[in-house]
Amino acid sequence: MATIDLSKPILDRNEKLAAENRARFDSAGVFVLDLMASPGAGKTSTILATIAALRDRYGIAVIEGDIASKVDAEKVKAHGIPAVQINTGGACHLESDMIQRAVDTLDLDALDLIIVENVGNLVCPTEFFLGEHAKVMILSVPEGHDKPYKYPGIFQISEAVILNKVDTLPVFDFDEDEFTSVVRSLNPTAPIFRIAATKGQGVDEWAGWLARRIEAVRTAAGKPPVGDAGAATGEEGPA
Amino acid sequence: MHEMGITQGILEAAVEAAERAGADSITEIRISVGELTEVVEFALQFAFEALTPGTIAEGATLVVTHVAPRSRCNDCGAEYDHDRFTMLCPECDSLNVTLLQGRELQIDSIETSEEPTEESQG
Repeated sequence: MATIDLSKPILDRNEKLAAENRARFDSAGVFVLDLMASPGAGKTSTILATIAALRDRYGIAVIEGDIASKVDAEKVKAHGIPAVQINTGGACHLESDMIQRAVDTLDLDALDLIIVENVGNLVCPTEFFLGEHAKVMILSVPEGHDKPYKYPGIFQISEAVILNKVDTLPVFDFDEDEFTSVVRSLNPTAPIFRIAATKGQGVDEWAGWLARRIEAVRTAAGKPPVGDAGAATGEEGPA
Repeated sequence: MHEMGITQGILEAAVEAAERAGADSITEIRISVGELTEVVEFALQFAFEALTPGTIAEGATLVVTHVAPRSRCNDCGAEYDHDRFTMLCPECDSLNVTLLQGRELQIDSIETSEEPTEESQG
């Protein structure tokens, strides 16, 4: 009998690959967002609204993760944005090696932002880092204000929370005060953005937050600041 | 169902370490799981039973240590245990806090045997 001390992360392999992905994104000055939500919360609509808000300033690509189908990638491509579809074939979340293969098909030099649409799931994606700069989650009003009680992990790991479909608040029994207070206690620093993605409502504020994060990664890689976002970060952008 | 992937990670790390040490079998694997992770022990044990047959960890025990969340207040310096829903400082109600533990997903150690498991249990 012998005891061997290991003391290392269980998901070591995934985390090492995530670190490799991250180094690649950092040196290319590309901000990578891991967008998580349950099925039907409006991930793809939010992505399309985000693209509409930022495409004039930034090169954007989307990596779509789904168990099956190319539906989401086709929707994004229809807007003239490069999209790679990953089919997990049943797996409930994306992992770093899938992202690595997807990124190989993209021209990083032409990009400032990659949005990764994770598999629709409020549980599994929380434990797997992909090399992203931020995880952000969407909850939609029809899902109910009690979701942070049921799925605390995803609310804790997210750097920002998007509340989507706020245009439906009048017809659902959604207690926004309670929702805000639970999210605050789970994750004191995450901003909550209220949007209605399909109506374009509230998207500017969310896109402004994202633009500041993109600028920080661009600056660190030695790229010059872009337009309005330079002003938004308090710096003078080029005219 | 992501516990299957996590269990695969446990097994890969354990088998690699045992083989490097020249061991023939693994009798016990000890891991730590923070209570803030979305990992369920029942599902881990189920996946472990499903994945170990035919490996050198066949018949091994998976011992899970649960780690309760603990945070430090950056304003008043208090350190305190808490549940998974309430991060805020119990002393001064500050939200400016740092998590010290509770998100672990770590393989701690393994017990190995240089002889087949059944003969070593004597």
